[in-house]
Amino acid sequence: MKKLINDPRSVVEESVEGFGMAHADLVEVHLDPLYVTRRGGAVSGKVGLLSGGGSGHEPLHAGFVGQGMLDAAVPGAVFTSPTPDQIVPATQAADGGAGVVHIVKNYTGDVLNFETAAELCQAEGLDVRSVLVNDDVAVEDSLYTAGRRGVAGTVLVEKIAGAAAERGASLDAVESVARRVAQNVRSMGLALTPSTVPHAGKPSFELGDDEIEIGIGIHGEPGRRRVGLEPADALTDHLLTPVLEDLGLASGEKALLLVNGMGGTPISELYIVYRRAAQLLAERGITLERSLVGNYVTSLEMQGCSVTVLRLDEELTALWDAPVRTPALRWGL
Amino acid sequence: MTALDAAWADRWLREAARVLAEHRDELIELDRAIGDGDHGENMDRGFRAVVAKLDESPSESVAAALKLAATTLMSKVGGAAGPLYGTAFLRASIAAGDRTALDGYAVEAVLAAARDGIVARGKAELGDKTMVDAWSPAVDAAGRAADGEAALEAAASAAEEGARATKPLVARKGRASYLGERSAGHLDPGAVSTSYILRAAVTAAVSEILSGEVT
Repeated sequence: MKKLINDPRSVVEESVEGFGMAHADLVEVHLDPLYVTRRGGAVSGKVGLLSGGGSGHEPLHAGFVGQGMLDAAVPGAVFTSPTPDQIVPATQAADGGAGVVHIVKNYTGDVLNFETAAELCQAEGLDVRSVLVNDDVAVEDSLYTAGRRGVAGTVLVEKIAGAAAERGASLDAVESVARRVAQNVRSMGLALTPSTVPHAGKPSFELGDDEIEIGIGIHGEPGRRRVGLEPADALTDHLLTPVLEDLGLASGEKALLLVNGMGGTPISELYIVYRRAAQLLAERGITLERSLVGNYVTSLEMQGCSVTVLRLDEELTALWDAPVRTPALRWGL
Repeated sequence: MTALDAAWADRWLREAARVLAEHRDELIELDRAIGDGDHGENMDRGFRAVVAKLDESPSESVAAALKLAATTLMSKVGGAAGPLYGTAFLRASIAAGDRTALDGYAVEAVLAAARDGIVARGKAELGDKTMVDAWSPAVDAAGRAADGEAALEAAASAAEEGARATKPLVARKGRASYLGERSAGHLDPGAVSTSYILRAAVTAAVSEILSGEVT
């Protein structure tokens, strides 16, 4: 294992500490228990927006704390959900008196810890709503699994719900728009190489030099199937076709396309994937209204990418365009 | 026969911590096969924290010991196991109520409350290859026993049998469920840790040696 670390056990704390120092104009880091809030804390009268999950997906979630997006983020251990003793104080710190919405990726651990934390907050009189993100179409049979995983679509939910909250929307309205984004977003990813969790010290699965794993999760879970080496265009088709079919996006509809890097793939390759995905959307008569390309929801040093499509309407487009000022996403401010 | 009182409850939690530390690597390997490999580490960390709190002050009742375990596990374990075991101990604590010691009937009530809490929180059913596959037979077996100690012994044996029986099952809950058919042929780590925790309750009841600082 070759990594830029000091001690596998202090990877998360040291990284978040550095993150706080680098972006001291935007965020504040609380070390014990570990969570991140906007600089200056909750905005009075505004609905608070909080997300969190295992570390290793940076810039998700702490990178999206700031004006127009999250009020607080709660990092867990690498690929392990945070615990209620972090989530509860972070939720209280995010509350400006109008309630808090939790954005939760659909994994058993995350769901249970956020559910427990929400109950504890509610017992103290704080109104907390939870919105689950489960955009990964690679997990098909939800009746016999823990359900679809939450992956790169999470960043779109956080951006759009954050914009709604910033405009002064009510708790019901922020919850409702977050849910609407979650219902209209789908993703699928692939891996060229596995990732290595620092405290495990070895790759999370084996992948041959001539193999690509399709339908990968973001925690080193293996995917749906393995294929041999294929050109980027063909691989893009493997990802985008099930995404579009599951979303039921029809000719004439508008969409946002996110091509997300898993951490170890150069941006130039992401644009090769983007090029083919845009062609495919055009062939299907879908209008590509907005785009995002880069490393937003990663899986440590994994090489690979995911393709995410969000069905847009006027309201969602306007909220997407609204100003945002966070360490990892910034425009209009 | 030892009374299943506050001192027993403290011995149970200490013995559980000892056994889970002993089996830490085994649980990690079981979880690595079909999950994400953190179960042994998380349980060891959580029960270590429980023991640290018991060292500060012994529990005044069975309910207080179980509640201490609940709040500590919820905040220290993480993953799915923290909230599941946390809820189990919290419900068990409520079921224990103000009893100074548990008889056979109370053991069944406490275990049933724990199992129901896990089912309510995790929404798993029998046969989904989760810790419910150890808890459910344990509750059924406890209900057929005469006194408290016999109920614990019956529950622990049934939990061990239930954990072994998870091997051929296909997971329908938790991260293992993403593997589908590939999850068959492995023991469920949560069912195995459940069997260790329930066996620890028996050991704490039958072994006076545990009442000292021997652990």
